[in-house]
Amino acid sequence: MAPMEEQLKFRDPTLAKKVADHIESLAPSYNVKFCHVCGTHEWTITHHGLRALIPKTVEVIAGPGCPVCILPAADIDEAIFLALEGVTIATYGDVIRVPASNTSLQGAKASGGDVRIVYGVGDAVEMAKKEPNRDFVFFAIGFETTAPSTAVEVLNKPPENLSFLVSHRLIPPAMELLLGVEGLQISGFIAPGHVSTIIGVKAYEMFPKVYHMPTVVAGFEPLDVLFAISMLLKQIGDGKARLENEYPHCVRWDGNVKAQQLIEKVFKVVDGRWRGLGTIPSSALVLREEFAVYDARKKYDIKIEGSRDLLPGCLCHLVIVGKINPSECPLFMKTCTPQTPKGACMVSNEGTCSRIWAKHKITE
Amino acid sequence: MCLAIPAKVIEIHGNTAKVDFGEGVLRDVNVMLVNPRLGEYVLVHAGYAIQVIDRKAAEETLRLWEEILKYE
Repeated sequence: MAPMEEQLKFRDPTLAKKVADHIESLAPSYNVKFCHVCGTHEWTITHHGLRALIPKTVEVIAGPGCPVCILPAADIDEAIFLALEGVTIATYGDVIRVPASNTSLQGAKASGGDVRIVYGVGDAVEMAKKEPNRDFVFFAIGFETTAPSTAVEVLNKPPENLSFLVSHRLIPPAMELLLGVEGLQISGFIAPGHVSTIIGVKAYEMFPKVYHMPTVVAGFEPLDVLFAISMLLKQIGDGKARLENEYPHCVRWDGNVKAQQLIEKVFKVVDGRWRGLGTIPSSALVLREEFAVYDARKKYDIKIEGSRDLLPGCLCHLVIVGKINPSECPLFMKTCTPQTPKGACMVSNEGTCSRIWAKHKITE
Repeated sequence: MCLAIPAKVIEIHGNTAKVDFGEGVLRDVNVMLVNPRLGEYVLVHAGYAIQVIDRKAAEETLRLWEEILKYE
């Protein structure tokens, strides 16, 4: 797909080299650790080999930014239950291979469940309209980038045979959690550009203000990430934590107000479970009471028992908070590969383990 | 998944717009979340436009960095 003209400039290797030199000049003598919380940022960093361009003292780690990886096994178990009960599950592609407590959605499909991959929630609506005699459930996962589209369709009077299994999660509370993880010393945040188009730069105000944590909202081209790293280093050098926006062409201070209003109208914020991380307060969305008729958890009597987030030996919960690298997990590239994933981090294109595995494969 | 792709708005019909991702890839996307004008670029995520792209701001960002890097 041909990008916009400006996008190409944000991929210019000559400019990248200049910024890398600039980063070198700004990097302090001690180690710093910047944390991003977006699977797509990890993709950009790994795909363009950005870690090789920056000094060894500047480390960039991946937080829990892959919405598929943090989905509790219990939620996937719910979708699997429905699929095996004869309900058609419409879901984003990445989810179907994630191992839940016993099997995956793909496993449910192999056992006769109707599991269909959709590109967006609109596709689920179209399917439900075309097949009025079939019950559909849309598995609504994703962060704030995706929640507005779910809200749009819930408000659009969806067909009666469609309901929503809502498992949206919110990013800023997860960032806050990271600041409390023992042994994890973060020097700054690279905030996720597309989540931020929705929630705005304002959503991260507490990080410099309350936590004195340098924070830069960044886009997804390689130069966006390099600029952001450079801006974070400048803040550290100045000794003052700020909130900056590297991505003003897509992210406004207020974000997308219309989208925020739709989210507010359709969902309420509750405490949420994150796979391997436990419960994070005020980090999940559920449908408001007035939309109960579209809530799959109310429409169906879903029975699941003893959900299990982590298989024995799996260290996804440490990978997703950046405490260990994938290579430090005993299962990585042995029993856990992209073909035979044991944990969520290996399944999704944006999971840290699958990204690092892809890189290892390239350099071998 | 944060993946969102810029596309140029070439037709608008109420809450749907036909957009051009380049190289002849045209799609209908939902524009309920934004107020685009013809010829503007929008960021598309999973079939929905989530923001209008301010191309001037992109150019300005690049220009500012050129300035910063000049004095190295």
